Amino acid sequence: MQQTLAASAAPSLPTGERRKASSFGDKLFEWLCRGAGILVLLTLGAIIVTLFIGALPAFERYGLPFIWSTEWNPVEDHREAYGGAVAIFGTIVSAILAIVFAVPIAFGIAFYLTELAPSWLKRPVGTAIELLAAVPSIIYGMWGLFVVVPFVQMNIQLTFGEALAALPLIGFIFETTNFAGTSLFTASLVLAIMILPFIAATMRDVFEQVPPVYKESAYGVGATRWEVVSGVVIPYTRISVVGGIMLGLGRALGETMAVTFVIGNANRMPASIFDASTTIASVVAMEFPESLAGSLKQSALFALGFLLFVISFVVLAASRWLLRSRLK
Amino acid sequence: MSSTTLGTGRIQSAPAKDMVTARALGRRRKFKDNLVRWLCIGATAVGLFFLASIMVTLLWRGLAAMDLTIFTTEFRPTRYGDDSLPKGGLIHAILGSILQVAIGTAIGTPIGLLVGTYLAEYARNSMMGNAVRFVSDILLSAPSILIGLFIYQLVVLPMGGFSGIAGALALAIIVIPVVVRTTEDMLQLIPNTLREAVIGLGAPKWKMITLVCYKAALSGIVTGILLAVARIAGETAPLLLTSFGNNITSFDLSKAMASLPIAIYQQANSGFPDLIAIAWSGALLITVGVLAINIMARVLLRSKI
Repeated sequence: MQQTLAASAAPSLPTGERRKASSFGDKLFEWLCRGAGILVLLTLGAIIVTLFIGALPAFERYGLPFIWSTEWNPVEDHREAYGGAVAIFGTIVSAILAIVFAVPIAFGIAFYLTELAPSWLKRPVGTAIELLAAVPSIIYGMWGLFVVVPFVQMNIQLTFGEALAALPLIGFIFETTNFAGTSLFTASLVLAIMILPFIAATMRDVFEQVPPVYKESAYGVGATRWEVVSGVVIPYTRISVVGGIMLGLGRALGETMAVTFVIGNANRMPASIFDASTTIASVVAMEFPESLAGSLKQSALFALGFLLFVISFVVLAASRWLLRSRLK
Repeated sequence: MSSTTLGTGRIQSAPAKDMVTARALGRRRKFKDNLVRWLCIGATAVGLFFLASIMVTLLWRGLAAMDLTIFTTEFRPTRYGDDSLPKGGLIHAILGSILQVAIGTAIGTPIGLLVGTYLAEYARNSMMGNAVRFVSDILLSAPSILIGLFIYQLVVLPMGGFSGIAGALALAIIVIPVVVRTTEDMLQLIPNTLREAVIGLGAPKWKMITLVCYKAALSGIVTGILLAVARIAGETAPLLLTSFGNNITSFDLSKAMASLPIAIYQQANSGFPDLIAIAWSGALLITVGVLAINIMARVLLRSKI
């Protein structure tokens, strides 16, 4: 009996060592993974802190009025002054206009892909739309500059510009002396085309999550496809759809290259959507590389970057919260 | 008999009146349905038209200046229409891009892989896991130019100038959330029975993850890495503030380094037709590369699932 015990105990020793070794391996690997997770948290924290540190001199100098001051004078003498209002205005207006242009088309694509398209067409068309999302933003910028800008100049501004400017009450939105084609409107148009596939893909994924039973019941009582979508699919997915739109808005707010090429980069308050303007991202891209390290101008650009971070963080966080049911 | 006729008469006349209304209503509903249907087909056509327009413009303008010199020569100043002067190319930018993308992917992938593993295997429903997932999702969509500003403050300023390594680090930060997302998604697709089987054989958890789960999710993880490469290959804004661009071939990571997107950006805005033509060739190269990687990733994923 004792012999058998000893015999069974003998091989258990190395097993115990192995278990110890493997539990060390387990701990090590778990901490590696957790450490990487903590690193991600720290990265976001560090981005906020470094942007704020960079922005501090400008915030100290101008305080809160930085947000609504329209002055932007980089000449280094007593006239030197920086305010963020033009870039902030341009960022928000171009992003919202882009959403206005993109959402109806994105909805149409999503509706087509989920309800209307014959099944053999669904995959190729869906893939094409997703590929549109993969095209780098600089390509949108270049295509925008050489294709969309002349189009807006020739076929929109020259053809409809005067008629639009003559409209009562809202005419001033279209009245301009800028006929270069690079404008807030063009930037919004290019942005809209850029975020279109993101919104369309999100909407399609969301629409596909509606339980088929709901749709079938509606079809069963004789509803048309449009009635099914407007009466069943949209009410069911409303919140996620808004989340998808917010996701597109977040992208539009921070887009740099597609906008820089086509907005005209003028740091003046635009009076019309056909005027040249600028956005936070494009003013940083245009002026940061040539600003001196530690200068007030660089700090003002950091301040704009910090504000962009705050705006897009709020939008992206809201979008994620709205999309949470889809994510689970 | 008469009552029946009266009855049927009543029954017939009432629906007859309703039928007209019903038919009109049906027509209106069908018309609305058809209208929306055509509008949606139109919207899809518009989306596809944009893709086609971008591709046709790229091919048409990009192929015009595409020749061997693009791959053999560095940047040359404009020729002002004088064809006897040497034509410039993009080799400095192509090599610089490959180097920065490779280093960025090499740094970002292991971190992203570990974070994805943490989220899927260790912290599925914990507070910490949710926080990491949330932050990673924010980083996924955060404006990339802000990552450029961040690396500028963190690396470029202390190093005293723009550098290739700063560019690679900025790209690495963009890689991480892309790899996190796909790794987590793919690991979560693995059935728990597989995990239980491995643990039941006495394997420690880390061996279960590295030897079994990674193997089961391999194609998905590779897809994530490919998508990340495709994403950073076209990134311009963060590089503008970190590696800045260079007109000559340089492999010195501590100095400013050229990259394809920056070279395109600078030459497209130069105003000289010959440089713009070279920028279009670069744009074609980048787009074809990015789309090819994307399609490869898709095919890889489809063949496995």
